[in-house]
Amino acid sequence: MIWLTWRQFRVQFLVVATVIVAAGITLAITGPGLADDYRRLAGSFIESLGFQRFNPFLYIAGQALLYVTPPVIGAFWGAPLVARELETGTHRLVWSQSIGRRRWLATKLGVTGGAAIAITGLLSLAVTWWADPIDKAINAGQDSNTYLPRMFPPVFAARGLVPIGYAAFAFALGVALGLVIRRTVVSLAVTLAAVILIQIITPSLIRPHLLAPTDKYIVANAENVRGFGLTGDGPNPTVKELEVATGAVGAYKLSDDTVDKSGKALSTLPDWVIKCAPAPPPGLAQEPNSDADRTACFQRLADEGYRQHVRYYTADKFWDLQWREFGLFLLVAFALGGFSFWRIRRDLS
Amino acid sequence: MNTVLQAHGLGKKYGRRWALTDCDLVVPAGHVVGLVGPNGAGKSTLLNLAVGMLTPSAGTVEVLGAPAGAQQAKVGYVAQDTPTYARLSIEDHLRLGRRLNPAWDESLAQQRVQHLKLDPKQRAGKLSGGQRAQLALTLGLAKRPELLVLDEPVAALDPLARREFLQDLMEAVAEQELSVVLSSHLVSDVERACDYVIVLVDSRVQVSGEIDTLLATHYRLTGPRRDPKDLPRDQFVVTASHTDRQSTYLIRTEQPIHDPAWTVTQLTLEDLVLAYMGRDVQPERPVLEVQR
Repeated sequence: MIWLTWRQFRVQFLVVATVIVAAGITLAITGPGLADDYRRLAGSFIESLGFQRFNPFLYIAGQALLYVTPPVIGAFWGAPLVARELETGTHRLVWSQSIGRRRWLATKLGVTGGAAIAITGLLSLAVTWWADPIDKAINAGQDSNTYLPRMFPPVFAARGLVPIGYAAFAFALGVALGLVIRRTVVSLAVTLAAVILIQIITPSLIRPHLLAPTDKYIVANAENVRGFGLTGDGPNPTVKELEVATGAVGAYKLSDDTVDKSGKALSTLPDWVIKCAPAPPPGLAQEPNSDADRTACFQRLADEGYRQHVRYYTADKFWDLQWREFGLFLLVAFALGGFSFWRIRRDLS
Repeated sequence: MNTVLQAHGLGKKYGRRWALTDCDLVVPAGHVVGLVGPNGAGKSTLLNLAVGMLTPSAGTVEVLGAPAGAQQAKVGYVAQDTPTYARLSIEDHLRLGRRLNPAWDESLAQQRVQHLKLDPKQRAGKLSGGQRAQLALTLGLAKRPELLVLDEPVAALDPLARREFLQDLMEAVAEQELSVVLSSHLVSDVERACDYVIVLVDSRVQVSGEIDTLLATHYRLTGPRRDPKDLPRDQFVVTASHTDRQSTYLIRTEQPIHDPAWTVTQLTLEDLVLAYMGRDVQPERPVLEVQR
């Protein structure tokens, strides 16, 4: 059975594995140089990357590859696994041999799913190891417009364990959808769409529920304020929201709401808060607020009890959150696998 | 009596539609059984139930003394349209059979491939319909089952390939101790290969029995018009047709026919099967079964 699984799977496997192994080798070759730069240049390491071409490209490519791998595995390894047999009728050939269809499915899931986990794990390991100097430098506070802390959504799902969880989930989803839809191309497309959708909604809808974030109230002042959200007509805007820095380097902020004395969140701030803004909105011939005005404005904000309610994940929660998200997706993958075992016992002729 | 297939009140429902109802059937071992009936009569459903591809909605079906599907190693199955893996070679198919069947007969498989003059390296997708069917049959036979079930194996084949396939099947049956159940919508296939017949119409078994016995107990009677009530009690009317003056009955009886008013003709298998197929289905009437 393992032989048959491999015989049917080898082309799909080799296509994906070639790309990933090639990427892995490239990262393995360039990785030591990058780590060396990091040690040598210390504080100006991130800045030095701005003068390079290949390493910034590899950074983006590795990240992109880790996002692409789970949907591809789900759609091209998972979806056809049972759907193609049902579509061509060959399930009636293979299930009438001397082994039961559940053992058939167990071998198929074991071999193909194992390969999915192994190959994604390999890529994630390579990317995480390669990008480690950059992640470290960013988390140490080196300034960059290109590189984000690894706690931030675009990076988080391209490091460590999470991609493996996604791959296992995508594969199991593809198999289950193929078993239900029974058409290779349709289940392939649906799997692709579903996995991409899950990748998009996870950071905002699923991840915040996995771990309790740090919950804090911060009084805004001229030093910690990071942005003003404005609303209203051009000449007389009002402030809709304020954003403040958490003070924790490498943290990812989930929410930042202005609350009044009673702790109630505000949808719009009082009119006078516009005086706290450093410069007028672009295109308006208005004088910038003077430093004295701004200080007075922030003082009034503090005096009247307005505070910023911030919730954020600190950088040291990275592995905690990685394990939880990985565990969740692995659990869902097993549940989907269980469904497939249940479904395959029923009539499929 | 050893039975290969035994069904009691067997039924299968797809959604709201019954594809097979109230099927009672006992098939003795050692026969090549032909399952005939019009398209949509439930032949495939019955065979799929027998090999465990489907589970019954009602009743039970036993194969070789155990619930259907419980003894996969002992039951070979050549499915409708003889599916094979288009991208796998003939060699790969044999390897598949060898790996997945403990009782696999490699020399039989090799012999058949040689005999069929097939190139083992060729992909199954490049084979003709007849060759593909033969490959599927090879897998079924080399598994060394006690019962081989074939679902319309020759339906898609041209007459020559059809004859070769059935010929090969019969040779294999003669060499191996093997019971066979095959379905077809053509009586000529059954006539060529089988010694036992089951007629299935509208999801019900109309008649089943050894072909010789059936032919020896069915007659066509032609004579002056007569009411069916006036026929002897041991004569079971299968079909009747009347003109103003004349009656034609197709009857089954164990007894000789002495009435000189009748002209008695023997039936061919085709006459017999068509008579049962054309008969109005009367569910309240007990289903006929001719015992050995």
